[in-house]
Amino acid sequence: MNANEFKEIVHNGLWKQNPGLVQLLGLCPLLAISNSLVNAVSLGLATTLVMTLSSASIAPVRSYVPNEIRIPVFVLIIAVLVTVVQYLMNAYMYGLYVVLGIFIPLIVTNCIVLARAESFASKNPPLASALDGFMMGLGLTAVLAVLGGVRELIGKGTLLSGIDLALGDGAKDWVIHVIPDYHGFLLAILPPGAFIGLGLLIAGKNWLNLRAEAKARSNPAPLSNEAVQG
Amino acid sequence: MRRIVRSTLQTAANLVFFAIIGTAILAATYGMTHEVIERTVEAEKLKLISQIVPPASYDNDILKDERHIEADALLGTTTQTVAHVARRKGEPVAVVLESIAPDGYAGKIALILAIRANGELAGVRVVSHKETPGLGDYIEIAKNPWITSFDGKSRNIWGDKEWQVKKDGGQFEHMAGATITPRAIVKAVNRSLLYFAAHRDELFAENIAATHAGGKP
Repeated sequence: MNANEFKEIVHNGLWKQNPGLVQLLGLCPLLAISNSLVNAVSLGLATTLVMTLSSASIAPVRSYVPNEIRIPVFVLIIAVLVTVVQYLMNAYMYGLYVVLGIFIPLIVTNCIVLARAESFASKNPPLASALDGFMMGLGLTAVLAVLGGVRELIGKGTLLSGIDLALGDGAKDWVIHVIPDYHGFLLAILPPGAFIGLGLLIAGKNWLNLRAEAKARSNPAPLSNEAVQG
Repeated sequence: MRRIVRSTLQTAANLVFFAIIGTAILAATYGMTHEVIERTVEAEKLKLISQIVPPASYDNDILKDERHIEADALLGTTTQTVAHVARRKGEPVAVVLESIAPDGYAGKIALILAIRANGELAGVRVVSHKETPGLGDYIEIAKNPWITSFDGKSRNIWGDKEWQVKKDGGQFEHMAGATITPRAIVKAVNRSLLYFAAHRDELFAENIAATHAGGKP
């Protein structure tokens, strides 16, 4: 993996092919668990961990897996990793384990995990695959964090509520009451808030892309290597 | 034909190989974590119980002093549950029961309640629910002290009429716009007290397993 490949994988995961905003894979947890910043980031990081490990373990065995049982083997590997993560969370992050509930095992069926296994890790060397899984996971986590933060802020007027579930009772004071005496805006917490919020995020990303394109057209910079790629 | 059989077997062997490795990893992880998980679950349960039965009021190992309770319509349960008894110097102090209000606004509301030996409620807590956030969730102790309005209440003085929300002519407060949720809980707690009245002696009976405390079966 050279520096250019590295850069492209990072750029793809975080922006160009962002799983939350562009590929739109894995919407179920994205919409269901993004009602608070802590929930959203926790599930995002759990998914990132699973994606990194699954891509890293699928890539080295890819040439030993016969084509016809490729998908059963990938699903098996992903299911094993999710179960391991579930055991660990149950043992060491019990509060979060209870809050995230069914969404931890549902990582197995999160489309983005199998999508990266199938479209990247099954064709690329382990290191690049691990990086791809990690960056795709981070890209998803970033979208989850923004969506969760905005929904929590508008819905409840706080940020980081429930942080004590993730980091222990000592973190209880970290909760930020951004708007004191806020009565809450229910729509943001309920599922429609997730759809509206995600729609706005996608629109925002498209707007940024269009603006960047327009800028590039009106101001044709000397064609550098990067501009050709972008 | 032979070739198909052979390639099928080879491929299946490959799949089995991955299954064996996967199973080994899971077994190892389970072996490493299951004790911690059991301890965490017990500690969480004890934390919940200590909210409604003050730890200073009893001196037995409340988690070990358990009895299995068959599913019962009065408790709203559909599967076997576990009750715990708090004792002080061998005398029963309170029993901790699981109960379910099946008719919440958004499905079942799981409750845990402690009833003192004299039939008074020591406390009630909501363990899980799916009521509307910001509207019906004032039943959570973290959001509102409403659930503590059960403390000290019993069927010793109040009957079915009083054991209703105020809107229905009873004694229990509720918030405007969200009466279905508290109505379901009041009903469930009332029914649980009826269950307690009918089964008081069995619930407080000395548990044979618990008297030989410490020894695991």
